Amino acid sequence: MKYNTRQDNHYTIVELDGEVDLSCSPEARKQILECLNKAQNLLVDLSRVTYIDSSGVASLVEGYQTAKKKALKFGLISVSVAAMNVLQLARLDKVFPIHASVAERIASDA
Amino acid sequence: MSKEEKLLEIRFPAKAERLTLVRALVKRAVQTVGCNDALGEKLVIAVNEACMNVIQHAYQGNSTGDIVLEIHHAGSQLRFKLVDFAAPIDLEKVKSRDLEDIRPGGLGVHFISEIMDEFKIGHLDGGNGNYLEMKKSID
Repeated sequence: MKYNTRQDNHYTIVELDGEVDLSCSPEARKQILECLNKAQNLLVDLSRVTYIDSSGVASLVEGYQTAKKKALKFGLISVSVAAMNVLQLARLDKVFPIHASVAERIASDA
Repeated sequence: MSKEEKLLEIRFPAKAERLTLVRALVKRAVQTVGCNDALGEKLVIAVNEACMNVIQHAYQGNSTGDIVLEIHHAGSQLRFKLVDFAAPIDLEKVKSRDLEDIRPGGLGVHFISEIMDEFKIGHLDGGNGNYLEMKKSID
């Protein structure tokens, strides 16, 4: 897994790339929680995720819950088919705020 | 009834870093018996979660043990068997959880039970490990 972090409007975007599995989900978790601990609104871009297991999903759930506790904004954007299949299996596709793009998310905030 | 054929048998260290290779092998093995891509991906998810459970719970992250994975095929039926050599686990703890309770973790058994037609788990004779057997019809 590779990752990249960038800013867009009032959001930090963490882009995950490749397979998010048990060998690297601690790194994904660290990136997500670091942003939230700096009080940054966070979007996780899953467009380039080719595989995500339950440990990767757990990192997203932890991010979602941490953001909620800190009253920060959190969401997923551009979720790949592979990642969406797993979110649906976990019945989390209706729990996470999911948008097609950063622009769509920002528009929904307005 | 069709004679059962072994598609794959691999023994690998119970390490998270080995799971990429395991997923690739499982995907290829089920393709060879006509599994479509969508079902193949789900089977890969179930086997991966089963391996993760062994790494995290049976070996408790202490990656000195091995996992043996076998895939068998008979007619339209696939049978997956995972064996580890860790101390016997508490079988009562291996269960799906309530998904309404939104929290990190505990999804592995849910994934396996959603994807597979049936699964059973038990201790190896002599108390030297555990097994998980999962079956799926690919019709």
